[in-house]
Amino acid sequence: MGGKTLTAKERMAIPRAKMPEQNPAARAANFEEVPFGLTAEQAMLEAQRCISCRNMPCVAGCPVGVHIPEFIALVAEGKFAEAAREIKETNVLPAVCGRVCPQEIQCEEACTLWKRFGGVSIGALERFVADYERNNNLVKIPKKDSSTGKKVAVIGSGPSGLTVAGDLVLKGHEVTVYEALHEAGGVLIYGIPEFRLPKEIVKAEVGYMESLGVKFVMNVVVGLTMTIDELFDELGYDAVYIGVGAGLPRFMRIDGEDMNGVFSANEYLTRSNLMKGYLFPEYDSPLPPGRRVCVVGGGNVAMDSARTAKRLGADVTIVYRRAREQLPARSAEVHHAEEEGIEFKLLSNPVRLFGENGRVTGMECIRMELGEPDDSGRRRPIPIEGAFFKIECDQVIMAIGSGANPVLTKTMKDLELNRWGYIEVDENNRTSMPMVWAGGDIVTGAATVILAMGAGRIAANSMHAELMGLPQPGTEES
Amino acid sequence: MKGTIVINEQVVPNVRRLVLEAPAIARHAKPGQFVILIPDAEGERIPFTLSDWDASEGTITIFYLEAGVSTMKLSRLKPGEAVYTLVGPLGKPTEIEKVGTVLLGGGCYGLGGIYPLARAFKEQGNKVIALLEARTSYLIYNEDKIGEEADEVIIATADGSRGVRGHVWEAIKILEERGEKIDHAHFVGCTYMMMTSSRATEPAGIPTIVSLNSLMVDGTGMCGCCRVLVGGETKFACVDGPDFNGHLVDWDNVFARAGAYVGEENLAYQFHQSRADGAIKDDGCKNCGKEAI
Ligand SMILES: Cc1cc2nc3c(=O)[nH]c(=O)nc-3n(C[C@H](O)[C@H](O)[C@H](O)COP(=O)(O)OP(=O)(O)OC[C@H]3O[C@@H](n4cnc5c(N)ncnc54)[C@H](O)[C@@H]3O)c2cc1C
Ligand SMILES: Cc1cc2nc3c(=O)[nH]c(=O)nc-3n(C[C@H](O)[C@H](O)[C@H](O)COP(=O)(O)OP(=O)(O)OC[C@H]3O[C@@H](n4cnc5c(N)ncnc54)[C@H](O)[C@@H]3O)c2cc1C
Ligand code: SF4
Ligand code: SF4
Ligand code: FES
Repeated sequence: MGGKTLTAKERMAIPRAKMPEQNPAARAANFEEVPFGLTAEQAMLEAQRCISCRNMPCVAGCPVGVHIPEFIALVAEGKFAEAAREIKETNVLPAVCGRVCPQEIQCEEACTLWKRFGGVSIGALERFVADYERNNNLVKIPKKDSSTGKKVAVIGSGPSGLTVAGDLVLKGHEVTVYEALHEAGGVLIYGIPEFRLPKEIVKAEVGYMESLGVKFVMNVVVGLTMTIDELFDELGYDAVYIGVGAGLPRFMRIDGEDMNGVFSANEYLTRSNLMKGYLFPEYDSPLPPGRRVCVVGGGNVAMDSARTAKRLGADVTIVYRRAREQLPARSAEVHHAEEEGIEFKLLSNPVRLFGENGRVTGMECIRMELGEPDDSGRRRPIPIEGAFFKIECDQVIMAIGSGANPVLTKTMKDLELNRWGYIEVDENNRTSMPMVWAGGDIVTGAATVILAMGAGRIAANSMHAELMGLPQPGTEES
Repeated sequence: MKGTIVINEQVVPNVRRLVLEAPAIARHAKPGQFVILIPDAEGERIPFTLSDWDASEGTITIFYLEAGVSTMKLSRLKPGEAVYTLVGPLGKPTEIEKVGTVLLGGGCYGLGGIYPLARAFKEQGNKVIALLEARTSYLIYNEDKIGEEADEVIIATADGSRGVRGHVWEAIKILEERGEKIDHAHFVGCTYMMMTSSRATEPAGIPTIVSLNSLMVDGTGMCGCCRVLVGGETKFACVDGPDFNGHLVDWDNVFARAGAYVGEENLAYQFHQSRADGAIKDDGCKNCGKEAI
């Protein structure tokens, strides 16, 4: 097929590929991944759909500018491992991004074919080539630049920290990642469930970093186990990157939130993913199955919590204060959640939780309607006076967003923060402290994997320039 | 930070002393802080108060009560073996100032937990009175070590076999009766003891700190599992505490949250007991002669 050239018309006549999936009834009772991924034939056919637009709108739609037409052309020729390497030029975690990027508002939405034919399945192809490369042991260790003798500490092992570590180790620096938890990967390990991102993939990516020479030190809470000053003065690091994420759970501050059976999504998902609570009692951390579970929120975190609760056997309702079109979750996740039988109570907002003996038994909500657009451009939900209703439930999961965790930043007196506690940085992700960079959710607030990685890439380039005495990226001389 | 075990011995029935290699923790530890460890690969993250540390040896000491699965697993580890993971020091250090006379009350693992406090308050020039409680005389431990730091050590036993008959709060009454002016109190141990002791210091308006032992997962402020109501505000015990004003803590809420997983804890215990020989389950905490929480 690779040799045959199709006309644009013929290409567009190929139906958009869809990954086969576990059927909803079966998958709602297990934690295995939902889509199976494309076959080689499907991938090569899908790749034929790309008409190699000269202006490459898809690339502009990707926050890190993955070389999309180039990698897709390689897929069309059956050169899968080469395609994976092409992606890795700009995105070091394609197996992850192919699965979790909101493609429908990024690369795929920008694709020329999007409106009339459905965009090229860029995410599915990205996932396919990365899986192909990994499963066939074709991952090559790229050539490293010769040692610079410089030492870099990365704080936090989420996607942004991993990107910095990977980039800088290839440039010849000695890199150590410090992580507070006992496993590396940040939200990829403790937040996003197995059925959406198998942990084996995250472990393989971390293993790959190790094979490049990155050192990982788990169980170090920088700020408590050691200070930033010690990293510089005693351990001899020349530069530090802060990628500690936005791991501070928000609650609604309504009555009854302190009762048993009420969880932050972070707790619920950490118990399930990091601590393997869904395998209790084989694993010791309990995650008691609910009978009727209400999840408050409408983002990826809410979908992940709801689908986890479903898999543990509960009837699940998502309570969200805005309308369907405004759900911030990836559309694929909303679709999957609906297929799995999760109920959506939209335009509804909890006002109070009820309980007996300190355990939650129900929730009172108020109905909302859409008013004028707010700062985010979305129509603002406003309560309809007196329109209260009750839902019975024995568990409530709050997935209403997160804030900046101050454990590290409060120990750094000279670090400038904005009024929400996020770190202030310049266009090269430099902080107000010399030789300290930051990026990812701790700078932007909760965002996406690919944006966290993009920030890591910018910081890595700037760090490299600084360490080598080169002009900063973006300056006249560079 | 391998968490290799140096000593893991019973000090009195059901309470064990664990000395672990942990140079980075030993170097940074401050009184009032804790660590989180996981006993084995399937284990839970469980918090323990730092009861001593030695920066030059690179070791830390904790005392633990064999209560359920995690502590049962811990009790089986031998010197030379290592816990699965170990992280710390966590939590805010206790505020140590010169205030005059400081009363430190410990029960259960708190007999270990108050030792660093005694040392630090003494170093600041306070008069330190330590109150150690247990169900019966042979359950008292760590007395000599605390005695090296404290100006006075008072023992209280529920059965009256030694010292004051009764609990910490009864001993507080005796101190008040003899006209002792207490400027500051701090209690470490089971929730019941901390609650009743806080009540005992309230009428006299003695500033009182308790080291809460809420259920925790990450211990870094990420999950909110450890939340407690203090003075009407939600706080995370792992990062805002574990020390809180004992007169402002909502104790009903603390008790309720501590019991969140009683059913699961029992199930897990039965599950593991049926696999292991020789495990004995003590029904709840008998250490101070009160009901299990
Ligand atoms: C449940 C859930 C689902 C999501 N789904 C999607 C999705 O589908 N698509 C998408 O694009 N994005 C998704 N996101 C968002 C995305 O995961 C985050 O934006 C991204 O992980 C941020 O990366 P980061 O590297 O900045 O931080 P994180 O991934 O948060 O990693 C930070 C790491 O730093 C560690 N750390 C914190 N403090 C310290 C310290 N003091 N010392 C040492 N280590 C420390 C933390 O333990 C953590 O491991 C989701 C998020 C959640 C919670
Ligand atoms: C900051 C902090 C510091 C702590 N310091 C120590 C310490 O130094 N030494 C120590 O032994 N424990 C300490 N704890 C409590 C300890 O973490 C728990 O005892 C531990 O989780 C028990 O785990 P398990 O699996 O063995 O028992 P579980 O299966 O979790 O519990 C078994 C049974 O014991 C009961 N139980 C659990 N904890 C206690 C308790 N503290 N008092 C009375 N009954 C209890 C439970 O309600 C349950 O019925 C601390 C807790 C916190 C949050
Ligand atoms: S990284 Fe994400 S946005 Fe970029 S091409 Fe891949 S799937 Fe699309
Ligand atoms: S916009 Fe779509 S069709 Fe055009 S090059 Fe990109 S992926 Fe191919
Ligand atoms: S234990 Fe998770 S926030 Fe305190």
